[in-house]
Amino acid sequence: MALIFLLEQVLNGLLVGAYYLLIALGLSLIFSLGGIVNLAHGGFYAIGAYLAVSLAPLIGFGGAFVASPILVGALGVIVERLFFRRFYRSDPTLSLLLTFGLAMVIEQSLRIVFGAAPLPFSIPPALRGQVFVGDFIYPRYRLIIFGVALAAVAATWFLVYRTAFGRVVRAGVQNPDMVGALGISLQPYMTAVSALGIGLAGLAGVLLAPISGVHPAMGAEILTAAFVVVVIGGLGSFWGVIAAAVLVGVVRGLTIFFYPPAGEASMYLLMALVLLLRPRGLFGERIQKFE
Amino acid sequence: MAHSHDLTRRTLLRGVAGTTALAGIGMPAIVRAQADVIRIGHLTPITGFLGPLGEFAQMGVKLAAEEINTGGGVLGRRIELVIEDSVNPQTASAKAERLIERDKVAMIIGEISSASALAIGQVAARTKTVFINTGANSDALRGANCNPFMFHIEAANSMMVTAVGNYLKAEKLIQGKKWYSLTADYAFGHDLFKVAKKFVTENGGQFIGEDLVPTDATDFSPYLLKIRQARPDVVASNLAGNQITNFIKQYAEYGLQFPITGFGFDTAVAWGAGKGNFSGIWPLIWHHMVDTPSSRKYVEVFTKKYGKPPENQSWGDYNSLKIVAQSFAETKSIDPQKLAEHLRKGAKFDVLKSREGYFRPYDNQMVQEMYAVRAKDASKMKDQWDIYDPLGSVPGPSEDLEILAPEKDGTCKIPA
Repeated sequence: MALIFLLEQVLNGLLVGAYYLLIALGLSLIFSLGGIVNLAHGGFYAIGAYLAVSLAPLIGFGGAFVASPILVGALGVIVERLFFRRFYRSDPTLSLLLTFGLAMVIEQSLRIVFGAAPLPFSIPPALRGQVFVGDFIYPRYRLIIFGVALAAVAATWFLVYRTAFGRVVRAGVQNPDMVGALGISLQPYMTAVSALGIGLAGLAGVLLAPISGVHPAMGAEILTAAFVVVVIGGLGSFWGVIAAAVLVGVVRGLTIFFYPPAGEASMYLLMALVLLLRPRGLFGERIQKFE
Repeated sequence: MAHSHDLTRRTLLRGVAGTTALAGIGMPAIVRAQADVIRIGHLTPITGFLGPLGEFAQMGVKLAAEEINTGGGVLGRRIELVIEDSVNPQTASAKAERLIERDKVAMIIGEISSASALAIGQVAARTKTVFINTGANSDALRGANCNPFMFHIEAANSMMVTAVGNYLKAEKLIQGKKWYSLTADYAFGHDLFKVAKKFVTENGGQFIGEDLVPTDATDFSPYLLKIRQARPDVVASNLAGNQITNFIKQYAEYGLQFPITGFGFDTAVAWGAGKGNFSGIWPLIWHHMVDTPSSRKYVEVFTKKYGKPPENQSWGDYNSLKIVAQSFAETKSIDPQKLAEHLRKGAKFDVLKSREGYFRPYDNQMVQEMYAVRAKDASKMKDQWDIYDPLGSVPGPSEDLEILAPEKDGTCKIPA
């Protein structure tokens, strides 16, 4: 009997992994290409959620699901053009300070515009309810999040590993100077990757708004977990982020099953353990410019 | 080098000019102003996981100041609020000191976090300044940590438990029932769980699960699976702030049907949950459907000013300032010692309830009526604020108000 409960936690951990993956994927992309540690990632996630709450009454949840990530991605273009671009080659501390400031500006702006109280938002009635998968029961909405996360991963993978665009981006991650010497300007690629990464944060915001509180500090709440996932997975590793998200989801679930107070601490312990054994993370590659 | 030298000199000059201007113009203005205003300090967290409540606290106290000043002020003087974000216990303590020493406030109102309230209370005791706590629930503040200058308009955890407990008993949800609780893993949660567990077990209930939840948890699904596996009769929340919103939303997402209750609660977090998510029976110190003439008027004025109804946190800060203004007028003085004495002598105040409240001298806790509410079915909601139905008030009309107050266990030692 206990075994089936344990298995239930493991399978639920996979779903929770999708939750962490959505938040961490964009962070990892921007981190890998430009070396920007985007502390404002949670802020863009929050903007995505607030856009969903504001747009859903006008164009429905489906409309908001499409529009919010695009709008947040457009914001990503502006942020890259105005800020990120100036920091690719400078001391990482500077971009850290910049994005830390940006995170505070976003949180405070949301507080000024929408107030500090959480805004009401629910799962659309059509997506509510439970689904029976064999002996297990899952909320339909979690399965949808899982599906969207899979689709986002597949699309990102295709873009990075199967297109001409992706080849330049991957070359840029390894050796930006060589890409320049070959006569390719990395600038538009950087802009596109920032838009994509920040747009993914917006997507996470829309999807999680119905199941978590929509308030100005919601970004700060998830940011640390997102970083832990990226670090465990390994810098620059696409599959690493995915493996880490699933691992964090499952380990956290099992920890809560046996010893709930350590639920959140489990991911930090996992990170410490992984870094002790593999200092570059699970699948971290050796990247010239970060060594 | 020369460049930076120049900058430094310029900055210095600007600084000197600024100081001179302030000394010449600013200072006398403040001194002059002090004669015809009474300054009241307001400290409450407006960032962090209690931030949503802090915003309501500020709305409440501002409305009270506005009403007092429109009515001609107190003792012929205007009320002037000095409002600050208390952030955390260290900052709260430093800001309380600054409000008293530099801004010369007559007294301090506010706080939601029990840890910060303790810090402000200590400053209040040392400087002999009255502090009215409007949102911190820990029983220890009324027990071992009490002091003659710290007053509590907010209910203690044990009062919240008794208030909702009476209704849970009536609904037959305690005797012989299996309980599963989720508790916020910090001082407030531990304190609340202790009194809740005592109440439930004394009344014949049994805990089959008692999980601590870290305050930074946003995903509750592993806990919800455990609850589903344990099949309790009642699920109890001892969570706080935004945690409650996340919990309520995901409880609905996972479709769990066990009745929910909670011992700590604020209407704002349930308003933020969204349609079809909120369920269960919850305690409140006051809610916007309390049907007395003064309560109705407060709700009307507040809603008109802010575009949304007031909730329990704004109630506390609004009434505290009204109480202070009334006391100043009655004693014809703003002396802190006289204010404390007046409050402790059992002066009665209209706190928008059917019976007046008073601070009892044992621990400076306001003795007053409390309420319980039951979540409304989503299809019956009139608007986004209409989320629950009142169940009634505790104590009953013929009972002594003090049966709700914390037990006088002798841990609070205020000299009479």
